[in-house]
Amino acid sequence: MTAAEPAVDMAGVAKSFSGHRALEHVDLSIPTGTVLGLLGPNGAGKTTLVRILTTLLQPDAGHASVLGHDVVTESAQVRQHIGVSGQYAAVDVNLTGFENLWMVGRLYGLGRSGAAARARELLDQFRLSDVAERAVKTYSGGMTRRLDLAGALVARPRVVVLDEPTTGLDPRSRMDTWSLVRDLVSDGAAVLLTTQYLEEADQLADSIVVLNQGRVVERGTSDELKSRAGQECLEVSADIEHLDDLKDAMTLIGDGRPVVETHLCRARVSVRDRRADVSALLKLLEERDIPVLDLSLRRPTLDDVFLELTESAQTEGPSA
Amino acid sequence: MKTLAKAVNEGYVIAWRNLLGVRRSMDWLFAAVVQPIMFVLLFGFIFGGALGGGQYREFLVPGIIVQALAFNSAFTVVGLSTDLGKGVIDRLRTLPISRVAVMVGRTLSDLAVTVVALTVMSICGLLIGWQIRGSFLDAILAYLLLLMFAFAMCWIGALIGLVVRSPEVAQSAGLIWLTPLTFISSGFVPLDSLPGPLQFVAEWNPITAVMNAIRSLWGNPPAPGTTTLGSESWPVAHALEYSLLSSIVIIAVFVPLSIRMYRRATARQ
Repeated sequence: MTAAEPAVDMAGVAKSFSGHRALEHVDLSIPTGTVLGLLGPNGAGKTTLVRILTTLLQPDAGHASVLGHDVVTESAQVRQHIGVSGQYAAVDVNLTGFENLWMVGRLYGLGRSGAAARARELLDQFRLSDVAERAVKTYSGGMTRRLDLAGALVARPRVVVLDEPTTGLDPRSRMDTWSLVRDLVSDGAAVLLTTQYLEEADQLADSIVVLNQGRVVERGTSDELKSRAGQECLEVSADIEHLDDLKDAMTLIGDGRPVVETHLCRARVSVRDRRADVSALLKLLEERDIPVLDLSLRRPTLDDVFLELTESAQTEGPSA
Repeated sequence: MKTLAKAVNEGYVIAWRNLLGVRRSMDWLFAAVVQPIMFVLLFGFIFGGALGGGQYREFLVPGIIVQALAFNSAFTVVGLSTDLGKGVIDRLRTLPISRVAVMVGRTLSDLAVTVVALTVMSICGLLIGWQIRGSFLDAILAYLLLLMFAFAMCWIGALIGLVVRSPEVAQSAGLIWLTPLTFISSGFVPLDSLPGPLQFVAEWNPITAVMNAIRSLWGNPPAPGTTTLGSESWPVAHALEYSLLSSIVIIAVFVPLSIRMYRRATARQ
């Protein structure tokens, strides 16, 4: 492969399960040293895509490759280069942390002492050295997930697939996982990250693909997606008796007519020029003596994007 | 050759992992040690008193041993379906290992559990009056025959485990067919005492063949009140050959079937 070739490349991938289309013509690529965030509601096809990429499933159509190796015809080479951490921690609870990692090392073809050294190194890196000799069934959920992640990295893979790596983790463990993903990327790995936490994709992903009902419905950087979801707006709350005055004032600024949500005692208006619009509004509020409770500039969040893009899944009946 | 060596090595690592699990979980200890002891003692003394005392117990022990080994295949069912359900098998399948490694590892570790159970039951049998009257070589041959039979049964269990896929169902699916199969045999009563159709089934049941073959090799007596281990029908007269053949056939059929199912089972969503 050449330097320009992406680490992961999928083109026209489709997969059906007994008539139900799980994936339809999905294209995506992940350049070396970047994170691709895969977003989508439950049943969107994220797991199917992950399973195809990790050689567990064969696509019905299209092709997928890892470092230039086809996932169907060269699955053995693909497995040499990928590290996978699943949605459910697939570690053996009767084994100790050390034994789990040692086994994975041995299965990657490391010798006894080589596998032991690598296991110790990873246990250290994942702050599990203290519990290395304890059976995993005594671990907390966060520790088990960390061990599962460590297992994915035993062979220093160049492509790492993380299927909802922080689901069920406490905030501290989530931050740890994030910094780990950043380290992986700075070492040149390509990472496919599926997540339901939009903040996670926002934090980590260089590019984002949104899947819905087996199709790619949007792709781009986090900022691109947000800007497509709409303009920034100025949101002001006031007591109910001042709402009408507030609305009148807000009509004079911003872009378009203000929207009043009476039940929330709130009005908002899209803005073009933040500074000018905010100071104009503040001046009007002062002149007209309108007391406000709260005033904020709000950019659309990834949640807005996500909800807008995947709304059809919720409204069009069962999809899981 | 290199591929085979790699697969065996990987199977060994997976068997090691399974055995650590066995050693550390109490239910497996129960299955490998306590249950066989219970079988021998309960059957030996509950049926033994009514059916002929010492001679019956000596007749019974080989039957109980074969039944327990057959039941051990349920561990393969539970072990595999548990690993499937927990995603362990998916995880292993993303590693660059041979596709047969997981199955070979599972059946090898179950065979190791079988060796423990076999040892425990033999000692237990000796304590209640069973003994080996045949030659040393024949005795060894009988044990080898038992291990081969147990290994064959594990592969049937492997296929069931991959088909049922759920540990809860696996427990009963692994045992339900074994209960009639092991009782419609020469394990507990003489074949002649069974009604016609059942007698026919029992005669052709490979489990009967294994029981009768090891009784002959160990020089154990027929059931009290009878002089032979059964009728003159071919499978009874050729118990050793028939038991060897059926183990070989089971292995030849169920190994490829299980490996195929393993690829398919893990490929489902």
